[in-house]
Amino acid sequence: MNISIEINGKKYEAQHRETILEVLNRNGIKVPTLCHMKGFIPSGACRICVVEIEGSSKLISSCSYPVSEGMKILTHSPRVIEARKTIVELLLSNHPDDCLYCVRNTNCELQNLAKEYHVIERRIFGSKNNFKTDFSSVSIVRNPNKCILCGRCVRVCEEIMGVSCIEYTYRGSKTCIGTTLQKGLNTSSCVNCGQCIMVCPTGALSEKNQTLAIKEVLGQKNKTVVVQYAPAISVSIAEAFGLEAGKDINGILNAALRKIGFDYVFDTSFAADLTIMEESAELIERIKHNKNLPMFTSCCPAWIKFAEEYAPEFLPNISTCKSPQQMMGAIIKSFFAKKKNISPEQIFSVSIMPCTAKKFEAQRETMSHNGISDVDLVITTRELIELIRVYGINMNQLEPEMTDTPFGIRSTAGKIFATSGGVTEAAIRTLYKELTNTELQKFKINEVRGFEGRKEMKLNINGKEIGIAVVSGLKNAAELITEIKNGRNDIHFIEIMSCPGGCIAGGGQIIGSSKNDIELRMKSLYHIDETENLKLSHKNPEVSELYSCFLEKPLSHKSHELLHTKYEKRDVLL
Amino acid sequence: MKTKIDEILEKYENIERDSLIPLLQEIQESQGYISEEAIVKTGKKLQIPTSKIYGVATFYNQFRFEPIGKYHIQVCRGTACHVLGSATVLQELESILKIKAGQTTRDGLFSIEVVACIGACGLAPVISINGEFFANVTSEKIREIINNYRSKEINHE
Ligand code: SF4
Ligand code: SF4
Ligand code: FES
Repeated sequence: MNISIEINGKKYEAQHRETILEVLNRNGIKVPTLCHMKGFIPSGACRICVVEIEGSSKLISSCSYPVSEGMKILTHSPRVIEARKTIVELLLSNHPDDCLYCVRNTNCELQNLAKEYHVIERRIFGSKNNFKTDFSSVSIVRNPNKCILCGRCVRVCEEIMGVSCIEYTYRGSKTCIGTTLQKGLNTSSCVNCGQCIMVCPTGALSEKNQTLAIKEVLGQKNKTVVVQYAPAISVSIAEAFGLEAGKDINGILNAALRKIGFDYVFDTSFAADLTIMEESAELIERIKHNKNLPMFTSCCPAWIKFAEEYAPEFLPNISTCKSPQQMMGAIIKSFFAKKKNISPEQIFSVSIMPCTAKKFEAQRETMSHNGISDVDLVITTRELIELIRVYGINMNQLEPEMTDTPFGIRSTAGKIFATSGGVTEAAIRTLYKELTNTELQKFKINEVRGFEGRKEMKLNINGKEIGIAVVSGLKNAAELITEIKNGRNDIHFIEIMSCPGGCIAGGGQIIGSSKNDIELRMKSLYHIDETENLKLSHKNPEVSELYSCFLEKPLSHKSHELLHTKYEKRDVLL
Repeated sequence: MKTKIDEILEKYENIERDSLIPLLQEIQESQGYISEEAIVKTGKKLQIPTSKIYGVATFYNQFRFEPIGKYHIQVCRGTACHVLGSATVLQELESILKIKAGQTTRDGLFSIEVVACIGACGLAPVISINGEFFANVTSEKIREIINNYRSKEINHE
């Protein structure tokens, strides 16, 4: 049913039950929002989105108010603008005011609003907050003093991740977002996904920044500093340098990392190929013996921690494969070290990930060999961008370069790991070959592509039906697990990524990218897959070489020693 | 081993989420505070994340999350006490003991609780320590009272 309304004196069509904000957005009329998140039920907490409605004495919040026939709306009347300005001033009244020393300086919604509404003096004085910053997590830093209580983090953590380790606590002027008993995030059920950082409008949430440590180690002469970057990185940073969003700048990235001073540069996509070799062999074994099925993927460390906390009974079902980051780390400090005649102790292994949970993963006890950790330091996309800037690298002036050998070649199967469904497509290609001894002809599997939180399909190989599910967003994973607990048994392989859409939308990525930017990253990955020739992990010549001169074969003794891991039930406050 | 908290929880069969507050009240009544064990077990029983239980509990002033001290000090914030300066008394008390209302000193000796009118308005501002009332408390007086308790402790040892 169509209804007609008037906005700022002009007529517009609207749908019954639409909110005012939806109509405004659709017609390119911008009103600010803070607590609002697209796709979530409005909470109406912040009131920055107020508009004036003829005949109503109160200003109303447009994000939660539905349109009705004949409604006359003013979005920028003097009264509305003044009200919004006052709201911003109130939010600032207890704010630390240390923008210059804030991680979100120049990329802060509160700062932007203060500028937009011309807040140039302090009219409202409130007592400052005096909360402790929580540095306990290896991934996430939480500074409640900068929090404006919009509640976005709380909602993402609960409604997308199904974790709910943070919540509004206390009330009135003492209200703050906190954990159970205000304990450190490290002892909570937080899975380190970083999705809360991605939605926080201010500097209240950020990654544990490690750029200083990188600068230090790059200055040390006696260390060989090796870097790997995840498949998502090369399609995720272009926009930060004025290039078109989603553009694959792989070669330029290699050049930039060498300029910064890294001695060797690797693409984690190579290790993704390696993961596919191990993981598909593992799946075949499990199907053959009908054991520990369905098998869950293990590349996403936030999912792993989630399972250890919430679904320990399914730990035997998770692939024992280390994630590509950790496999890469392990072979860098073994095969590569030997080949280059460098002792593993002398190597400092850095990885660049679109992910905050990878920081946690790298320091898990099991992610080491003979007391030497696979990966020494993990930085996110955001920290990488910081480094590129601080080292004065001009991305527009660099000539593309190749990654280093060995491990210098990747298939496109390894590359598409960065998107939800990618691991599955890559695995199917190798699985098909292993089971039929012929190559798959049609690579593209539309059923597992896209941003849908749950995708399912049945694959028919040699008359055997293999059930496949692809999930992103841990809340969706929890739902699927419940179905399995309740007896669902038609699925053999389940890919789980915590972040909605996969690593291209990871918690370490650029803050403030639009949905469209993220879609472009996905497009870019599939374009690479479409246009390049080497599409199969098992056809990667450097992977074959690694097996023939070091690992022998998938699931070999050596593989188990270096490339596989185990999981343990975790006791945290659920 | 079955704890007191288990026993309380067992009494609530087919419990719904809206009984959270009475349940927490009963636990506090029995234990003197809401412990981590209480939060975890209540969360399990009601299928609510512990953060939500804690969030609800902190919303109300009545719950505390640390066991009360040997000397439990209740500061009245009823209207009469308020008018006659109980806020200053509370502030002073918090600074002497270096804890906030709802907390307990590290040595377990003192805890502070802010209570609504305790019905002794004639004595305002009034505090009660383990049930014993102290009338017309001022900043100086509260210091003296605490010092007395402290020396009592030292002499006993
Ligand atoms: S990192 Fe993820 S799990 Fe942890 S608080 Fe943030 S959203 Fe929740
Ligand atoms: S931490 Fe950030 S996202 Fe969470 S409520 Fe505060 S301002 Fe909002
Ligand atoms: S955005 Fe509408 S009330 Fe916060």
